[in-house]
Amino acid sequence: MSKPDDKTTGISADTDSTEAEVSSAGGIAKGQGDEVGGFVILFFIIGFVASLIIGWVVFPKLLYSQKTQPIDFNHALHLEAVSDGCESCHIFRDDGTFAGVPGNAQCSDCHQEVQGDSPEEKKFVEEYVAKEREVPWLIYSKQPDCVFFSHAAHVKKAKMECVTCHGPIGESTSLKVYEENRLTGYSRDIWGKNIAGVKRETWDRMKMDDCAECHEKAAGKKSSVQTDKEACFVCHK
Amino acid sequence: MKIDRRCFLSLGIGGAAGIALSPLPWKLADDSAIWTQMWPWTPVPADGEVTYVKSACTLCPGGCGISVRKVGNRAVKIEGIEGHPVNDGGICPLGLSGLQLLYGPTRVKSPLKRTGERGEGKWEKISWEEAITEVSKKLGDLRGKGESDSVACISGSDKGTVPALFKRFMSVFGSPNFMRMPSIQDSYEIANNVSMGFIAQSGFDLEKADFVLSFGSGLIEGWGSPVRMIRANSSWRKAGVKVVQVEPRLSNTAAKSDKWIPVNPGTEYALALGLAHVIIRESLYRKDFVQAGALGFIRFRDLILSSYSPESVEKITGVKKETIESLAADFAKSERPIAICGRGQGKAQSSLGELLAVQALNALAGNIGREGGVFAVNDPAYIAWPAYQADETAAAGIKKERIDGAGSVKYGFAKSLTNRFAGAVNSGAPVSLLFVLESNPLYSLPDTKAVKDAFKKIPFIVSFSSFMDDTALNSDIILPNHVYLERYEDVPATAGLSKPVVSLARPVVSPQFNTKHAGDVIILIAKEMGSPVADAFPWDDYQACLEGTAGDKWKILNEEGFSSDPAFTAQVVNTFPGKFDISGGIPDFTILFASVSHEGDPKAYPLFLMPYDSFRIASGYIGDPPFVIKTVEDTVLKGKDILVEINPATAKANGLSAGSYATLKTPKGSARVKINLFEGIMPGLVAMPRGLGHTAYDNYLAGKGINVNELIGTVEDPASGLDAAWGIRANLIKA
Ligand code: SF4
Repeated sequence: MSKPDDKTTGISADTDSTEAEVSSAGGIAKGQGDEVGGFVILFFIIGFVASLIIGWVVFPKLLYSQKTQPIDFNHALHLEAVSDGCESCHIFRDDGTFAGVPGNAQCSDCHQEVQGDSPEEKKFVEEYVAKEREVPWLIYSKQPDCVFFSHAAHVKKAKMECVTCHGPIGESTSLKVYEENRLTGYSRDIWGKNIAGVKRETWDRMKMDDCAECHEKAAGKKSSVQTDKEACFVCHK
Repeated sequence: MKIDRRCFLSLGIGGAAGIALSPLPWKLADDSAIWTQMWPWTPVPADGEVTYVKSACTLCPGGCGISVRKVGNRAVKIEGIEGHPVNDGGICPLGLSGLQLLYGPTRVKSPLKRTGERGEGKWEKISWEEAITEVSKKLGDLRGKGESDSVACISGSDKGTVPALFKRFMSVFGSPNFMRMPSIQDSYEIANNVSMGFIAQSGFDLEKADFVLSFGSGLIEGWGSPVRMIRANSSWRKAGVKVVQVEPRLSNTAAKSDKWIPVNPGTEYALALGLAHVIIRESLYRKDFVQAGALGFIRFRDLILSSYSPESVEKITGVKKETIESLAADFAKSERPIAICGRGQGKAQSSLGELLAVQALNALAGNIGREGGVFAVNDPAYIAWPAYQADETAAAGIKKERIDGAGSVKYGFAKSLTNRFAGAVNSGAPVSLLFVLESNPLYSLPDTKAVKDAFKKIPFIVSFSSFMDDTALNSDIILPNHVYLERYEDVPATAGLSKPVVSLARPVVSPQFNTKHAGDVIILIAKEMGSPVADAFPWDDYQACLEGTAGDKWKILNEEGFSSDPAFTAQVVNTFPGKFDISGGIPDFTILFASVSHEGDPKAYPLFLMPYDSFRIASGYIGDPPFVIKTVEDTVLKGKDILVEINPATAKANGLSAGSYATLKTPKGSARVKINLFEGIMPGLVAMPRGLGHTAYDNYLAGKGINVNELIGTVEDPASGLDAAWGIRANLIKA
C-alpha cells in the first residue's frame, strides 16, 4: 500500500472513535441533567464563597506583615508632661519645615539618664541614647517620596488639628502594631484598616482621594495657582 | 453522580465573581502602582533637617559659588549662591551633577600601587605612609643623582594655593618643570607679554560692552566662566547689544547671535586684520591709544594697509568685502566694542598672530583697560609666602631649560607650553617622574598617540586624581585627592573675569573614602624629604597654610564664601594709552600672520576635521557625569556611536547619507563614525565634539564615542611655540 492510503485510513479511524465518544458522553448527560446542574451551582457557590474569603480575609493577612516598634512609646504620658501639645516634640524647624518624628537630640534633653522605672525607657536610654543611635521608628503616616506635603501650610496656615489626619494618637498609651504592606513597604494606615477602603473618621485613611475630599470641601476646585484648578503639581512636584 | 468539566468551569466563574466582589483586585492594582515607585534603584533622598553649606565649584575654571543642600550628612543638591559675583545663583549642568562625582563609582578609594602592566587596571591598596615614602624615596634618589630637573608636574591650573604648593615644591626640589594644561589663556598671556611687556591674563568686561565681536568663542557654550557668560548673553539680549559671531560652523552661539559670519577655518586672524585695515584707512581708531607705541604701530599699519585690504581678505577668508567694510564700521563706531577669541570653550590655544590681530582691534577701539573692554589681570596677589633657601641642586635645577621650552630663547614670551610636552619627551627630553594634578593629560592633550608614547617613556607617574580617569589608569601610583566637596581650597576664578574673585571651597561632607588633600600630601612628601625641601614648607598641614595665606580674609571667605577685594584677589593692571605695542619687538610679521600649514597630503585627505565644544559635554579633567551625558543629543552620540557633522554637499561628494557609517581618517589615526548632515557647517569640514571616547571612568562614559584628540595633532606656531592647529586634514570613506 502506498503512504497516502495509510494516512487516509488513519484519519477515518480517528474520526470514528471521536464520534463514538461524543455519542456516549451525550447519552450520560441526557440521563443525569438535573443532578449536574445542581453540582454546577454548588461549585459556583464554593468558588464564590472561597474567593470571597480569600479576598476579604486571607489576602489582607498575607498582604501585611506585623511589626512591632523598637520602643513602645507612651504618647498619653508625654502629652501630660509637655506644655505645647503635639508640637512640643513634633516640632517645626526654624526654616518652617516639619521635623516629623523627633530624634535623639530632642529626647535626650530629658532622657539623658533613665528617669522612671519603665523598661521601655530604660531600653531607649541604654540602647539608643547611650550608644548614640537613632531609633528606627516605623512611621504609620509615611507617604511615598513623590508626595509633597507641607505641614506648615496645613497646621500653621489652615489651622488644622493634628487629629484630623493622624487621629487621637496622642491619647494612646502604647504603640499599635505596625502593619507593613509587603508590596509597597508603607503602613496599612495609608490605605486604612478597612480593606475595602471604607472610612468613618477623617483619619482612617491617608490616600490621595482623602486629601482631595477635604481640599474640595475647603477650596472648591480652585486651589492651584498654576491652573486655577486642583492640579497634580500642588502635591506631586 | 458525576462531577464534570462544567462544575470546574463554574467553580472558576464563582471564584472570579467572588474575587471581583472582594477588594483584592483593586487593592493590588493600587499597591502595584506604588510598588513601582519603590524599586531599590529609584533614588529617594533621606528625610530630615535641611542645611546648606556654601562652597565653590572647581569642576571647570569658571569659579562659581555653590550652596549645597544637605539632609543630615548627605549632600542632596547643588545650587548656585545668590549674589555671588561670578554666577549670582546660576549653575551649569556639570556643576549641578557634582554629587554624582562625589558619590559615584569612579572614585579612587585609597592610595593604589600598580601591580600589573600600565593601564591594565591591576592595583594593590597601600597605606598613605607607604605611598608617601615610596614617592619621596624615588624623588630623593633622583635629586641625589643630580637629576632633579627630570621631575615634572602637569597641573590643571596654576592659580590657588594647591598649585602654588606644587610649584614651590618643584622649585625647591630643583625642577623648572611645573606645567599647566593648555588653554586660550596661554595665548592671551603671550600676547599681553608681547604687546604690553608683562605676563598677565586677560579679563573681559563683557557685561558693559555694547558690541561683541567673537572670533569663534563659544559664548554660550562654555567659553570663559560658563554661567557668567550665559548671564552676560541674556543681559546683551535685554540691552540690545549686538553680538557678531565669526565661525565656520553654526554653533549654538552663532545661532543665537545677531549676525553669523562663516569664515574659512583658521583665517580668523586675516578677517581681524581686514577689519583693522578698514578702521585705520577710515581713521576710525583711537589715535592716542595706539600712537605712542609709534614704531610698532607704523609697521603694523603699513603691513595691513598694503596686504590686508578687504579684497585680499575676502580671498583668504571667504567673507565678502562689503561685509568686512560694514562690520569694521559698526565695530569702530560703537561706544564700547570688544573683540574676543579662543575657539569653543577656549580649551585649545590659538596662534599668537590670531591673538594679536584680535587684540589690535581692541587697541584700535581704545578699549584696553577701559570699562566694557579688555583688562590685563595679574595672578592672584594673596599668595605671598616667605622666600625659601635653595641649595645648590635647586639653584642649578631651576636654571635648566624647561621641558616644554617656555621661557627659553626661542619661546621667551611663554610661561607654560604644555602643548609641546609630549613632542619634547618623544624627542629625548628626559622625564623620570611626573606628577599629575587635577588634570587628565593623557585624554585631553591633542595627539593621544604621541602623548601615550611620551608617557611610556616616563618611568614613574604619580597621579593625584580623585577619579579613575584615563591618566590615573595609566599611572604607577595614585594618591587620591579629596573631591572638591570634601575639602578646603581657595578657588580663584580666572577664566576671563575682569574683576577677579577668590572663592572658598569648603568640605560639604566628610571624606567618603581613604583619600587625602593633595595640599597635605605634597607637604608630607616635602617633609619626608628633609632639608632643604622640607624647610620651604613650614606649615603643619594644608589647612594651616591656607588659613595663614588668607590672613585676615579667612573670616570673610568663610562667612561670605568669596572675596572680590582687588587688594586680595588680583590687581588689574593699568594699561595706559599708548602702552599697547602691536609689534612687541617681533621682528618678522610674516611668521606672525600666516595660515597654519597642515600635515598630510591634500589628495589623500581632501577634508578638514575640526573639534567643537558643547555645553553638554565636559572635556576637561572632569568627564561628563551620568546626568550630563544623558543630555547629549542623538545627533551627537547615539548609543556608542559618535556622529560627525558634515554639510549635505560633502556627504554627496563622498557618497554618504544621514545615519550611514564612515571611516574618518586623518594623518593621526582613524575611527568609525556615523554621519549627521548639517546645513550649518561649511562644505569640506567634518566637525566632531570634544569630550567623548573616554577609556576610563564608569559605564556611563567609558567607550562612548571617539576622543577627537586621537585624530588631531598639534601644529607649532613659529612665532610663539603655541599650538596653532584648529583642525587637521581628513578623509571620510563610506564604511
Ligand atoms: S560653570 Fe564651571 S564652575 Fe560654574 S558650576 Fe559649572 S562647572 Fe562649576
